[in-house]
Amino acid sequence: MTAQTQFFGGFQNAPVQAAHAFRAAMTVMAQPGEIRDLRGARPPKPLSIAAGTLLLTLCDPETKVHLAGAFNTDGVREWLTFHTGAPISQAAVADFAVGTWAELSPLGSFRIGTAEYPDRSATLIVECDALQQAGAILSGPGIKDTARLSLPDAPALQANADLYPLGCDFFFTCGDRVAALPRSSQISVGA
Amino acid sequence: MNEYNFAYLDEQTKRMIRRAILKGLAVPGYQVPFASREMPMPYGWGTGGVQVSAATLTPEDTFKVIDQGADDTTNAVSIRKFFENTAGVETTEETEKATVIQTRHRIPEAKLRKDQIIVYQVPIPEPLRFLEPRETETRKMHSLEEYGLMHVKLYEDISQHGAISTAYAYPVKVSDRYVMDPSPIPKFDNPKLEMDAIQLFGAGREQRIYAVPPHTKVVSLDFEDYPFEATKADHPCDLCGAEDSYLDEVIMDDAGNRMFVCSDTDYCRSRREAGHKGRLAEENAA
Repeated sequence: MTAQTQFFGGFQNAPVQAAHAFRAAMTVMAQPGEIRDLRGARPPKPLSIAAGTLLLTLCDPETKVHLAGAFNTDGVREWLTFHTGAPISQAAVADFAVGTWAELSPLGSFRIGTAEYPDRSATLIVECDALQQAGAILSGPGIKDTARLSLPDAPALQANADLYPLGCDFFFTCGDRVAALPRSSQISVGA
Repeated sequence: MNEYNFAYLDEQTKRMIRRAILKGLAVPGYQVPFASREMPMPYGWGTGGVQVSAATLTPEDTFKVIDQGADDTTNAVSIRKFFENTAGVETTEETEKATVIQTRHRIPEAKLRKDQIIVYQVPIPEPLRFLEPRETETRKMHSLEEYGLMHVKLYEDISQHGAISTAYAYPVKVSDRYVMDPSPIPKFDNPKLEMDAIQLFGAGREQRIYAVPPHTKVVSLDFEDYPFEATKADHPCDLCGAEDSYLDEVIMDDAGNRMFVCSDTDYCRSRREAGHKGRLAEENAA
C-alpha cells in the first residue's frame, strides 16, 4: 500500500464530478432532511469522502477554510491547498469549516453574516458517525410538513435558527453521504 | 463541444455561483450578490439565468427553455442551442421530460415535480427598486424588514384604479421574511410559486441570485379588503379550449379580430394532441 500524497484524490473529471456533487449538495440544502450520496474525491484521513468532495466542489482561493481539531493535519492542509488553493484560516473569518461537532463547538466563533448581508456567514461541514432520517423534527422552507434528521445538538442548532435571517448553515457528512441544515429550518426534539 | 469547458463557464466561476445558490437557498428570498460574468449574449437576454443554469446542469440533465411560455421564440431557441453546444445536454420542449427548466416570465402550466429545477431570468431583482433607487437604502429596508413603501404603492394602485393594478412582477413575501420580486411572471402564476421544485433566480446585469426551496411559504402582498387575485384573460384558449391556462392575446387583422391562445406552447400542444379543440382549432388544422 502506497502512502497517499497530497497530489492524489482530486476529481478525475472536475467539471462533471463537481456538477454532480453540487447537485447533491444543492438538493440536500434545498430539502433539509434529505440524504444524498456524495462521491468523487478521495481525501486523506480523517476527512470523509463526502466532506472532501464538498471542499473540492465549493472551495477555491476565494474561500477561507477552517480545519478544526483533528482535521488540522499536515496531510489535510497539503491536500486542500494543492487541490483548491483555499487559504487555511481561523474560525472567526472562515467561509467554510470542517470538523466533528465537538471540534466545531461552540458555534459562537463563526461568522453569522450581517443584517444587510446575511449571506456572509460560515458554512460548517460537520463530520458525523451516523446520518439518518431520524431524531430531531425539522420544519420550514424546503420541507413538506415535517422531516427528521439525526442532529448532533438540536438545542444549539435551534439557537442558530433563532438568529434567522443570520446564522450558519450546515452540511452533515458521514462516509459518502451528505445531508444539510440551513438556518431557515426550525428544530424540535423528537420523541 | 470539446472546445468548451462543460457548460461554458470555467470551474472557479461555477463554484462562486454555486456558493451563492446555496446561501440563497438557506435564506429564501434574500438576494445574494454574485460576480456575474459577461456572457456571449446581451444583458436582458437571460445572462443571469444562463449562469445559474450553467452552474446547475449535469451532463445527464434534460434541459427546457421557455420565453413567455413559448419554446420556439428567439430567446428560448438561442439559449437551448447554447447549452446543446456547450454542455451537450439533451433538450426538450416537454415540461414533463425536463429536469432543468430555464424560463423567462412564465411558470409552466404543468405542475412541476420534486426532481425538477426551474431557473428564472430576472431583469430587476430588487422589488423596491422603482420605489427607492438607492441600493444602500433598499438593502437597509430589507435588513429592517421595512416594507411599508411597497404597501403604499399597492394602496396607491387601489386609490387610483380601484384595484391593485400590478399585473406582473407582483411582489411576494417569502417565508414570512423577505419581500421578493418573482421576476416578471404574470400574477396568474404567483400561486404556483409554492411548488415541489427548486426555484432559482438569476439576474445577470444586476448581479444577484436568489432562491425559493420547495414547499416554501410564498404570499402575494395584498390587503384584507383587497385580497390578491390571480387574473387571466376571461376566455378559453382558441386552439385547445383550455380554460385554466394563461392566455396571450393575438391581433389577427386590421378589423380588430383577435384570438386568445395559451402562452405555454407545450401545454397547448399536448392538449391539442389529446383531442381538445378550441374555437379556431379547425381553421388552424386546415
